[in-house]
Amino acid sequence: MCGGVWVLGEERDGVVHPVTHELLAWGRELADRLGDRLTCTILGAHAIWQAREIVFHGADRVIVVCDEKLRVFRVDPYARILLSLIREERPEILLAAATTMGRTLMPVLAARLRTGLTADCTQLDIDPHDRLLLQTRPAIGGHVMATIKTLSCRPQMATIRPKSRRPLPRTASRRGEVVVRVFERTVYESRVSRVSFRRDPDGNAPLQDAEIVVCGGRGLKTARGFAQLYELAQLLGGNVGASRPAVDQGWAPYACQVGLSGKSIRPRVYLALGISGAPNHLAGMSSAERVVAVNNDPNADILKVADLGIVADANEVIPMLVRRLRMDQAATFGRGDADG
Amino acid sequence: MRICLLVKQVPATDKVVMDASTGTIVRTGIEMVINPLDLHAVEAAVRIKEADEAIGITVLSMGPASAVEAIREAMAMGCDDGALLSGSEFAGSDTWATAYALSQAVRHLDGCDLIVCGERAVDGETGQVGPMVAAMLNWPVLTYVSSISISGREIAVERVVESGRETVRCGLPALISVIREINEPRIPTLAGKMRARRAHVPTLSSEQIGAEPECLGLEGSPTRVVKVFYPRLTRSGVVVSAEATSLEGCVELLLQHLRGREPLGRGGD
Repeated sequence: MCGGVWVLGEERDGVVHPVTHELLAWGRELADRLGDRLTCTILGAHAIWQAREIVFHGADRVIVVCDEKLRVFRVDPYARILLSLIREERPEILLAAATTMGRTLMPVLAARLRTGLTADCTQLDIDPHDRLLLQTRPAIGGHVMATIKTLSCRPQMATIRPKSRRPLPRTASRRGEVVVRVFERTVYESRVSRVSFRRDPDGNAPLQDAEIVVCGGRGLKTARGFAQLYELAQLLGGNVGASRPAVDQGWAPYACQVGLSGKSIRPRVYLALGISGAPNHLAGMSSAERVVAVNNDPNADILKVADLGIVADANEVIPMLVRRLRMDQAATFGRGDADG
Repeated sequence: MRICLLVKQVPATDKVVMDASTGTIVRTGIEMVINPLDLHAVEAAVRIKEADEAIGITVLSMGPASAVEAIREAMAMGCDDGALLSGSEFAGSDTWATAYALSQAVRHLDGCDLIVCGERAVDGETGQVGPMVAAMLNWPVLTYVSSISISGREIAVERVVESGRETVRCGLPALISVIREINEPRIPTLAGKMRARRAHVPTLSSEQIGAEPECLGLEGSPTRVVKVFYPRLTRSGVVVSAEATSLEGCVELLLQHLRGREPLGRGGD
């Protein structure tokens, strides 16, 4: 029963959050590499009904803890339950998503377990020589990459940037074990209680989930230059993103920031306008399916990660693009022929 | 009541240069400042103090001797005193060992009811140390805090999470990590700067905070950096210059790519 690779699934608003499936894809690869079993834990109020889905997405075993008091994430009960399970079964590897939950819960677990934790990994692998987990993440403001090992403490823990990997296809014929665990009532108690919750207006899909992202940087020169992006994004059916310099200039809110210090995204199309492509920024978008970049510096790094790079002033390109899109707005964009 | 602020000194620029022969960071000649996100934590603590003058604020940091400047920057904004964990025994600490040292220092301070820190440092970008310190002290931790109100021995905060904003409350002691939207950090006054410059900021050793040496520094760190490298830029697509082609031609090409009628660039991953 002991050892193995574990991932911490997330239930949000009563459903298993898709980031769980991304974690399962990472965990599956590592477990196969080690010839070991992949376990997914899921805590929540409805999790029990969705355990099979977790198996279909790659788990060999699902440990379910289901209670009304676990409906929203709170550190105390989540940490108590997971510490108890981890101490019982001693997994070799423990992964979670770098969400507000994962980034809060994992450090608490690592502190209590006296083990190492690597934040925001973008790459995981197994060292063939010692079978240790290789945890790779951007370091020093995202200018370099560092690979980190947890030498002798266990489990080897890492959080993974959401959208750093595509989930495995759902396979309804996959078989797995579902274990339901129940704890004493006191385990579910928390020192922190929720007073109220205000949901963000649903008008715009969150940036992380957008299919098309139009992102602007310092090269747009002014707040007005940046503001052109909103109509462009609307015409393309996408969301507006911004580089760190653009946010620092106050042209866009922090919620729009793409990069290591902001959001990590994996849209179908990423359009970078006036962005040089500092490693901080690349860490948040380079796994986009298609990258199109406009920059007037032919040596800009963004052009090296682009499928199409245009060396031109983005401030000249945007109005032309907007005009062209307005012209055929009634036409077919985004209605199915966009999948090429 | 006493508030303890955790701050870190970081490079002022994100243009860090690596020594290709040794694989280490070139640190000479780099200006160091207090972590910009920590300024929001300082401001939050100072505002709590302004509402209740009986509250004292102690700034804690760990780093080389020069990191005392980060503590002075926080004191110039209105914090009362500070202490620096410094010495060879702390060098090379990862987030676990850093959190252990800081949690020991908090115990040593005695009488601290609230720890405030920034969401993360802009150099390491882990955001782990705050929650780890809370866990080691067995205090509640409230992360991603965008507003604070304190009444008596209870704290209520708003937290920004993926789907919205939740208001939670808990009793003190507690640790909170704040995000940048919580406030606009003040500019230190000249008087504040003078006071901070004159203040005595003691350096604490591992012995003084009662820390186990085997839990500190590189030796006490569960993790090791085994490799540092520049990211490989993998996608090699087409680059077209507006000077060579017309701007109109570029826009047409752009549209084709946005619409997905062009195959994806070869040589990707």
